[in-house]
Amino acid sequence: MKVTLVDYGAGNLASVEQALRRLGAATERCATPEPLAAAEAVVLPGVGHFAALSAALDARGLRAPLAGAIRRGVPFLGICLGLQALWEGSDEAPAAPGLAVLPGRVAGLRAFPGGKLPHMGWNTVRRVAGRESRLLRGVPDGAFAYFAHSYAGPAGGDAVAVCDYGSTFAAAVERGNLAGVQFHPEKSGAVGATILGNFLGFAG
Amino acid sequence: MSLARRIIACLDTDGARVVKGVKFEGLRDAGDPAALAARYDREGADEVVVLDVAAARDHRPTFVETIRRTAGELSIPLTAGGGIRTLADARAVVDAGADKVTVNTAAVRDPALLTELSDALGSQAVVLAIDALARAGRWEVCVRGGRQPAGLDAVDWAAEGAERGAGEILLTSIDRDGTQSGFACDLVAAVTGAVGVPVVASGGARAPEDFLRVFEDGRADAALAASTFHDGLLAIADVKAFLAARGLPVRQA
Repeated sequence: MKVTLVDYGAGNLASVEQALRRLGAATERCATPEPLAAAEAVVLPGVGHFAALSAALDARGLRAPLAGAIRRGVPFLGICLGLQALWEGSDEAPAAPGLAVLPGRVAGLRAFPGGKLPHMGWNTVRRVAGRESRLLRGVPDGAFAYFAHSYAGPAGGDAVAVCDYGSTFAAAVERGNLAGVQFHPEKSGAVGATILGNFLGFAG
Repeated sequence: MSLARRIIACLDTDGARVVKGVKFEGLRDAGDPAALAARYDREGADEVVVLDVAAARDHRPTFVETIRRTAGELSIPLTAGGGIRTLADARAVVDAGADKVTVNTAAVRDPALLTELSDALGSQAVVLAIDALARAGRWEVCVRGGRQPAGLDAVDWAAEGAERGAGEILLTSIDRDGTQSGFACDLVAAVTGAVGVPVVASGGARAPEDFLRVFEDGRADAALAASTFHDGLLAIADVKAFLAARGLPVRQA
């Protein structure tokens, strides 16, 4: 099984690639639509601005092939901005469309006393009661993961874990073949490696 | 609800090898950055910072290859800095695997650089490094590896830097750097009180109590040490156990 990493010209592709390779996965980078048609598993990494991601998906012709791969049931993992891209849109760039495979929108986090923005650092990932998660198997409730963002998706719906920082937002999302994490598993030490390993497990 | 207080291991390099000076002078060799970074990752560091301390001095190009090798060893965030003067310099280390870049001298020279970097990379990737020297009850910013006074007040400059797009301040006390006499909590408190972005305290770490003080009295978001960790004077796990026992949120592996 080979993991197709979507390269849209921003993002921390190298970190994700190295983390997957440390777990023994084969990876390929993909900046054009064609490889997505035959992809066995897709990872959309991300860091940066929602508008830049949305524009880059269009400029590279990746929007429809990505949505198509998700609809076909190809195992998919969105990371940080790559998760945010799955919702309908984001307050960060109200005019820029998301992939809209999850209902709802991404909203800005609000600063609060003692709570600085961006939300950057290690915070706890709290499991949603009663929600099974393949992605978080073996990860203790309340484990620390590394976050670096100012926007996040809604805590309800498909969230299997949430994070509290001023408000409560989706930390991990699962719906069928679709998974996403707001934190950076590739930067979250042993916990992150477990999560990426779980993705490779159910993708393979 | 609250973020873990971060313990950061810093590797001061000459571009290729780790060095650590006392008060920025008398650099001495202390090892291979990638190997040391991997050790810190295993030992529970929350982040690694790799600085090219020679770059600002000698105007050498940045040390992209060292960053690439170091990033390959890490499962935690990596910050790279030293001699970053342009967006292209910053992109080179980010493409090599750094999550954040620090800028220091170049931002003093051209504060608009902070906005340019932040627009291109996101503010979470832009760290304003400030080397501050105590002078008459205030702190003066020094550039060129801490050698040259910049004529700026450190607290004002931190606030301006955050305003212009820096997502974090890496604040080094030149007075304490390498002295192992504790963090400059008054300097750190002055800056954390003036900015709305995270502040990393640097310079002077020796004992677990120093970390507790800079988190409690300085209200730092993170604390960084270099020689204290590489010389084995203090283990990261021991610092975290000490802080956890006193009720601070820390990530314990």
